[in-house]
Amino acid sequence: MTQVKEYPTELLEIWNDAKQLRTKYYDDYLTAHKGGGLRWAGGAWSFSAIPAGLGKDVYSITGEPHGATIAFFKDFTAKCHEAVEAAGFPRTLCAYMRNYWGSILLDKYILADGTVVDDHPAPDFIWQDHICCSHGKWYQVARWLEEKKGKKVPMYCVDVSVGYSLDQPLEEYKINYIVEQLNDGIEWLEKTTGRTYSDKLLCEAVWNEVKATRLWAEICTLNQHVPAPLDEKSMYSLYVMGTLMKHRPECVAFYEKLKAEVEDRVKRGIAAVANERFRVITDTQPPWGFLKIFREMEKYGVVSLGSLYTYGLIGMWKYRPDGTWAPKELPPRKPKTREEAVKMIVEWTVDRPEWAHFYVPEAKTKMILSIVKQWKVDAVLLHYNRGCEGLSVHIAENRHGLLDAGVPVFPFEGNMGDEREFDFPGTLARLTAFFESMGLKKLRD
Amino acid sequence: MIDEVFETFREWIDNRHEYAKAWKERTENKVIGYFCTYVPEEMLYAANILPVRILGSHEPPTVTEPYIFAMFCHLCRDCLAQGLKGRFDYIDGIIEGQSCLHLRQAFNAWRLHIPTDFAYYIHVPHGIQNPHAIPYLTQELAKFRKALEEWVGKKITDEDLDRGIKKLNRNRELTRKVYAYRKLDNPKITGLEAMEMVLSSQMVDKEEHSKLLEKLLQELPNRNLDRNPGVRLMIIGSEDDDRVFMKNVEALGATFVVDEHCTGSRYIWDDVVSNEDRVLAIASRYVKRIPCPSKDWPEFTRVKHSVKLAKDFNVQGALVIQNKFCDPHGIEIPPLREALRSIGVQTYPLEFDVTVPWGQFRTRVEAFLETLTGLEELF
Repeated sequence: MTQVKEYPTELLEIWNDAKQLRTKYYDDYLTAHKGGGLRWAGGAWSFSAIPAGLGKDVYSITGEPHGATIAFFKDFTAKCHEAVEAAGFPRTLCAYMRNYWGSILLDKYILADGTVVDDHPAPDFIWQDHICCSHGKWYQVARWLEEKKGKKVPMYCVDVSVGYSLDQPLEEYKINYIVEQLNDGIEWLEKTTGRTYSDKLLCEAVWNEVKATRLWAEICTLNQHVPAPLDEKSMYSLYVMGTLMKHRPECVAFYEKLKAEVEDRVKRGIAAVANERFRVITDTQPPWGFLKIFREMEKYGVVSLGSLYTYGLIGMWKYRPDGTWAPKELPPRKPKTREEAVKMIVEWTVDRPEWAHFYVPEAKTKMILSIVKQWKVDAVLLHYNRGCEGLSVHIAENRHGLLDAGVPVFPFEGNMGDEREFDFPGTLARLTAFFESMGLKKLRD
Repeated sequence: MIDEVFETFREWIDNRHEYAKAWKERTENKVIGYFCTYVPEEMLYAANILPVRILGSHEPPTVTEPYIFAMFCHLCRDCLAQGLKGRFDYIDGIIEGQSCLHLRQAFNAWRLHIPTDFAYYIHVPHGIQNPHAIPYLTQELAKFRKALEEWVGKKITDEDLDRGIKKLNRNRELTRKVYAYRKLDNPKITGLEAMEMVLSSQMVDKEEHSKLLEKLLQELPNRNLDRNPGVRLMIIGSEDDDRVFMKNVEALGATFVVDEHCTGSRYIWDDVVSNEDRVLAIASRYVKRIPCPSKDWPEFTRVKHSVKLAKDFNVQGALVIQNKFCDPHGIEIPPLREALRSIGVQTYPLEFDVTVPWGQFRTRVEAFLETLTGLEELF
């Protein structure tokens, strides 16, 4: 076996905090009604700061992370898919969406630790946004399924499909289109829930969200260090807080604590992978049922530093005048009024990096190339993800762009949420051949 | 005479490229390719541009794999294949009006890999059920108008827009009049003929097409199809220009009396209602039109419309087709089937690809038709 430098490693101290926070999130949603609270359902990208103005006892369940949790527990996933297919839906649809619908159809709810409980908790309302073909439709059908069970769920969905601009601000009329929908949405929330809306809580939530999503970008930036303090498999358990509760103070506190810990790891040279010698990034969601592939990569001394997905799904970034890709600067101050808060969250959100590729493949390629350069990446593993058309759209163009720039690329096909569409042994065999073509030998079994 | 009209529609489809090339040579104007019916053709006609819809050829895909991941629908891959094979080498530009991710990908791959003078993406809103969609699209179309003017080097006046609106409205109205003859107990045209009528209108000058429709409408009252209409079917779903499938099904003892496709009724159902602000009028039409399901939320308005069509055209059964990987249509299959079932219209789902397995489909469609007509005659 080849001898390579070995870096010190340590478990993350914050690991238990992450587990507890995530567990509490699913429990809070489940038990919200016991304390007179409200619960809503929507996507991880929905403007979650807006319903926060209804009170501190308002809890959400975001669909994609919930779909991913189901995907991780393959027995339950199989049951969900069977139920959805039996109901007549095609198996080619978004895998998260099918997991989510399956959960409704089975009338089961999965907790963070994989415990499946009876009675799927219907939301009091749906609060969604729409940029992918499936976003609005997902909850339209969720509502239809709930109605068949006797529960009428009101739904509000914000259209954000206004395009993307990498280098200059979006036109004002596009921003206003979203702002106006959110203003209407606030009125709709008041009418739907019968609660009085608090602009103060809204301002707090918006400020929490901009801080949390910048903090996550700052944490990802620390992975530019060699050795990388975090590996992507661990980052999945950390970035998820932003997908669940980006507007909540707990999320800000969690990322502040995490940032301090990762900074300390960098200072002390603590590595995520002891034998790090080859740095890769991936793209799109991983096949959640097969995260062990990252451990297989480590046997070659390969560390996956993250991806545009892990960095930019929730983290907010912007190009600086010097051309580097960096955490987006916070607005000058916390919003004080509803008008300021709504405008701020829209202007903040339209720069979301993971919205770029929906419209402009070159923008995504540019961001990936920035990561390659700034994070000292040796190769890119592109997951052609059959489970998510939104994040796979234009992926073939990104492959071209990376190859043209001289970056080694390993494309592999799979599915984030449907294990029937991921060939683990086959992918591993091809991946190891790719690593060998990069001059790597296996360091350990 | 009528047969000649339908033969012309057929020829226009089969020789779409030759038609457009000849048109371009004759008029010395530009031809533009568009991917989706959310492109406001009114504005293109106003600029004296011939819009031609880019559709596939139903040949096995061989050239698109490096550019579009094969989990996207066959339509977007087949459209791109036409460009990569140089079949649209005469067009001066491409336009897409936002609909689904699939066609957006075909648009972008075309823009990046096939030299073209003008490539424009209109961000047609998805939230068509919200009140801000029309003012938003109005601004988006004003921007498009300006881009077109710069490209063609000519101002597009309100009079020009009126001309474009009139041309499109007239064609839609005439087509709807033909559709009305499909409500009869013995429809005056087959489903295949209807499909070819609408499809050809997406490929040729609307003016010329409308003249032919007028001739057709003069003759149709006297037409008697020498065939038993059999089971009255509806076909609903993703983009569909599979003429062979239509012909084969209608040879099994059935007639498609109506469709809910963007290559059929959805394309012609709604007119532009005049307004002093012409761009607002056009924007209103594209927001209020019968929607593609990608834009149809939170209410299922297209499903309700499909139910109405089924009633109005006295449909006995419906084939619900989904282009494989077409999420917007795939998502709506169970709600759509349930809604049709609620009015006594039985449905059968079929998954389409670039080519369809007719051997299997024949058995399945025959079985479906038998369930609609009863099994007595088998014994």
